Amino acid sequence: MSHRPGDRVPAEVRDALAIGLAVGVFGVAFGVLAVANGLSALQACAMSALVFTGASQFAAVGVIGAGGSVPAALGSALLLAARNGVYGLSVARFLPPGRFRRLGSAQLVIDESTALAVAQPDEPTARRAFFAGGLSVFVCWNLGTAVGALGGGLLGDPATLGLDAAFPAGFVALLLPLLRDPGRRAAAIAGAVIAAVCLPFTSPGVPILMAALGVLPVLALERRGRPSA
Amino acid sequence: MSWTALLVLAAGAYGCKALGVFVGSRWSDEGVAARATLLLPPALLAALVVVQTFSSGSLFTLDARVAGVAAGAVAAWLGRSFVTVIVLAAAVTAALRALG
Repeated sequence: MSHRPGDRVPAEVRDALAIGLAVGVFGVAFGVLAVANGLSALQACAMSALVFTGASQFAAVGVIGAGGSVPAALGSALLLAARNGVYGLSVARFLPPGRFRRLGSAQLVIDESTALAVAQPDEPTARRAFFAGGLSVFVCWNLGTAVGALGGGLLGDPATLGLDAAFPAGFVALLLPLLRDPGRRAAAIAGAVIAAVCLPFTSPGVPILMAALGVLPVLALERRGRPSA
Repeated sequence: MSWTALLVLAAGAYGCKALGVFVGSRWSDEGVAARATLLLPPALLAALVVVQTFSSGSLFTLDARVAGVAAGAVAAWLGRSFVTVIVLAAAVTAALRALG
């Protein structure tokens, strides 16, 4: 390892801060939309702190804003939130020991913290990446929501800034090191294909849940001792 | 949206996360379950990339995002930093949208 000044901040912490900044802009957009769709500013802020999973929150206020019922809003939002449970299975190994610390850490289990953690080469770095990512996104998402709910759309539409493309590109970067393992590469391909096939026919959130089934053929092939890719 | 609905959503969203962590904590470090915990993130994250790149709602769409994500993916493949990847993806997408 070199010791240039730029290296004083570990790479995973720097990456976590970059993701947090991008998420913060979406937080502003969420705050604006939530208030426009009938939530109070306090409700918008409470939702970002307590629900803390962006796609679900956008879905919930979107359904409400379109005149949908509360059960429909909750259903759409929970379909999108369910994948965090699958992430929880995988990041549990990185979380600190002790029931209460684990239950507290669980609130930070989202796309970004999971992707940052699993991309790391060892467990201590993965744990640091999980908390750096989770906390960075939590702080920025909540600050952004407050700004949007109270002050309106200062930054405009995140899409104008191209930030909707920043997330999938970032996830590609975090996925790449995992793809060296043939089994994980096969699982990624299976997940991508399943999502693409399901996308036109299912509700948002379902394609990503269905992608979890992509690990089954890989597990079966590995159990039979064959190359899995 | 009522406070009751909001709290139900919060409980449901947190319940998903906590249930996953609870079950994952009980799985042993060896065997099929352990292997599954290593295979699930690439499967879901690859699916997430597909959804975030090609979808609007339940529709399959091709727009400026595809070029931005492709540019970012090439930069990542070439070993550029994470920050470079996401800034490049955003910049390419924003530029294409500005050009209409």
